[in-house]
Amino acid sequence: MDLMFYIVSAVITIAVVMGVVLLHVAYITYFERKILGDMQDRMGPMEVGYHGLLQPIADGLKLFFKEDIIPSGANKIIFTAAPILVLVPALIGFAVIPFGRDSLTIGPFTFNPIITDINIGILYILAFASLGAYGVLLGGWASNSKYALLGGLRSAAQVISYELPLGLALVGPILLSESLSMVKMTEAQSGGALKWFILVQPIPFFIYVISAIAETNRLPFDLPEAESELVAGFFTEYSGMRFAFFFLAEYANMILTSCIATVVFLGGWHAPHPALEFIPPILWFLAKVYCFLFFYIWIRATLPRLRFDQLMGFCWKILLPVGLANILITSIVVYWLRS
Amino acid sequence: MPASIGYIPIFIFIAAAVLFGAGTLLLSYFVQSRVFNKAKLAPYECGSEPISDARIPYPARYYIIAVLFVIFDIEIVFLYPWAVAFSKIGIFGLVSMLLFIALFVLGFIYAWQKGGLEWD
Repeated sequence: MDLMFYIVSAVITIAVVMGVVLLHVAYITYFERKILGDMQDRMGPMEVGYHGLLQPIADGLKLFFKEDIIPSGANKIIFTAAPILVLVPALIGFAVIPFGRDSLTIGPFTFNPIITDINIGILYILAFASLGAYGVLLGGWASNSKYALLGGLRSAAQVISYELPLGLALVGPILLSESLSMVKMTEAQSGGALKWFILVQPIPFFIYVISAIAETNRLPFDLPEAESELVAGFFTEYSGMRFAFFFLAEYANMILTSCIATVVFLGGWHAPHPALEFIPPILWFLAKVYCFLFFYIWIRATLPRLRFDQLMGFCWKILLPVGLANILITSIVVYWLRS
Repeated sequence: MPASIGYIPIFIFIAAAVLFGAGTLLLSYFVQSRVFNKAKLAPYECGSEPISDARIPYPARYYIIAVLFVIFDIEIVFLYPWAVAFSKIGIFGLVSMLLFIALFVLGFIYAWQKGGLEWD
């Protein structure tokens, strides 16, 4: 009986999290266009609804009713499966993110601010995030188009390369919190902004942010879909809802990497000072995530795109050695302090 | 309840995400218009007739990067349990990991010297 209540509350929590994430995805596209517009001294979307507020819904409806073209010579099964293969890993990463502190009990149901707290949380996210590369590579290959194939290859090479510094950057905080569980990592940073891991691990924080931007194929690392040379990269041949899924996955990944950065480096839902704890934890969490999302868009408006050899060289020759050196120093200092 | 029960929501979440994807595609399949012709279905090649097969051979560079990734990623995954257990294994754990990272760096320098990280 307990198990049944547990599963029912889990299903409801999953529905709420999925709804909130998809709504956020829709509105980030809106805010991105608005902020880019402001930074380039123009208005951005203004026509649909008040100041263009209904624009994401109009876009979604348009893509939903659009013709879904499967190009001749494409491998139909893989071509159809690839967008789902990209979307699923981007969504299910949210299963282990702790959004707040307090659980809500209504009758026999308990709703936690996290879908499930497994003790390998961060490993689970990394493992599933890697699966997204398959969807991109297979989608590019199955399209039977030269641009798509080249875009898919580039993207796969970029995503797997930047996974290394990303993984290395997370070792430092794991070392300090002695846990892979996202809840325990948040708890290890309680007691104000001075306890946040960004202060003791600033270099891994920068490595993480750079790698996260590269992992999500965002500017200035959007080589796989560089318009001027590869048209649209791996989704050149995609249209309609399948195109929308690649788009959705990219923005869901942006939110996911921002959530991880918030939990691992910025103290999750903790307030920056104990005196500010009267504000609900979930608002602190959202505020930190929004800061990251704004940073993503800001970077896009500011920096030009890199060349592919610069991109790979930067990852392998700078980020990777720096990340390793950081682990060496951190482990020695932690050992020295604890003994 | 046993700890493994925490994995049930993950399977539900995966099922929900797949259903959302497949369901939306299916629904959209029923409402969209479909008017196809040969030129529309041809792969995009800037408006001209597609020449040769799209599955062209690609540089071996990508293969080298993939192999290097597999090696280094496994080494990084080894660091995770070590980092979790670090306070319990003491100086033994620290020294063994220093040796392990030294091997890692050795392999890295070798790959660098051999030009495995160059892109031209």
